[in-house]
Amino acid sequence: MRWSQSDVRPPEAPVPAATPRALVIGCGALARELAEVTRGLPGVDVTCLRPDLHNRPERIAAAVREAIAAARPVYGDRIFVAYADCGTGGGLDRLLEAEGIERLPGAHCYEFYAGAAAFARLAEEEPGTFYLTDFLARNFERLVWRGLGIDRHPEFRAVYFGNYRRVVHLAQSEDASILAQATDAADRLGLAFEHRHVGLGDLRTSILAFAGTHA
Amino acid sequence: MTDDSPDIDLASLSDEELTEQMHSDLYDGIADAITEGTNIFLDRGWNAEKVLNDALVEGMRIVGIDFRDGILFVPEVLLAANAMKAGMAILRPLLAETGAVRQGTVVIGTVKGDIHDIGKNLVGMMLEGAGFDVVDLGINTDADKFINALLEHNADILGMSALLTTTMPYMKVVIEELKKRGLRDDYIVLVGGAPLNEEFGAAVGADAYCRDAAVAAETARALVAKRRAAA
Repeated sequence: MRWSQSDVRPPEAPVPAATPRALVIGCGALARELAEVTRGLPGVDVTCLRPDLHNRPERIAAAVREAIAAARPVYGDRIFVAYADCGTGGGLDRLLEAEGIERLPGAHCYEFYAGAAAFARLAEEEPGTFYLTDFLARNFERLVWRGLGIDRHPEFRAVYFGNYRRVVHLAQSEDASILAQATDAADRLGLAFEHRHVGLGDLRTSILAFAGTHA
Repeated sequence: MTDDSPDIDLASLSDEELTEQMHSDLYDGIADAITEGTNIFLDRGWNAEKVLNDALVEGMRIVGIDFRDGILFVPEVLLAANAMKAGMAILRPLLAETGAVRQGTVVIGTVKGDIHDIGKNLVGMMLEGAGFDVVDLGINTDADKFINALLEHNADILGMSALLTTTMPYMKVVIEELKKRGLRDDYIVLVGGAPLNEEFGAAVGADAYCRDAAVAAETARALVAKRRAAA
């Protein structure tokens, strides 16, 4: 019989020490995907920071530092950070090295979703590629269109995207509505569109490896 | 500084008030007001260099500080830059006519593999405002193109920009190529871009890392002056 937290233990059974729980501190843009990966990992909790940090990478390290400090008393060293470098220019790595905590591999979510080698090929094949994940496709209007002020100043579209040639949707799901949103985003930007289903890539393997060690 | 402030008769302001108002209008990205204010100063007998430095460059310096501190965001900075361009369009021919002292020549570009140029364009504008002739090589620039332009334009400074952690290492490739050709000491090398920092600038062998466009212009002037003083 496999015990879970809701099971009633027989009185004669020895009471095991509580399994210490582990925590993933993640980017808000990964919230759905982290929930999916950790659904089968009962010892792992997830907390996410605001997804709009995507547009302000210089603030990520400070926000992660604060989250780690808040989590330490409960989770000790059983903490993993679900961010890549994400434009922090090594700032996140300097923090995590000091804290003794690991993070997701790579420069950004496009890289850990697609895999390093595949992403390098995409970037080399067309440097002017604007990448969308499922999250960014769903939130294109808020984070890109309004977030960059294109709704208020349509002339900004050329300023931001004039050098881009294509949109590549690195999809996590097979959701047709998200694909439609990604296609619409490319249309609005006036760029060619490519769709590649890459799934959860190194996000899944990294979280499972962390859970295997700590939970 | 809000968009709903009442219209102000710029011509009725004193020089000091108008200077402050132009800083405010730059901050709010009101290009028409910058055009008007620039013309008023010129009508009052200010020379183009003084209008540029006191009203425009100083205004953009304030914008740069508030962007760094997270008070302004990229769209607001773009609007401010657009307003400054409106003033520059009036001043540029006057600066050329009056033979204002030129600080030197800067070759700038975004490095190979990188197509992001918003920051680089702001730097170019601020360098021009600081009295430099700017040769902008655009995006996706390789070492040969950078070095050929430095030689062709007898430049003083090389400025390289990158937005991506995957492309910023190319700056070191360019600097190593300069060394290989025995040219490194002929130029001041400045680097910048969102993911860079001073440590990275030192590691790739640049003379300075510049955290924003205003700092790039100040650093360029300071390093050129230092080099000329030492010559």
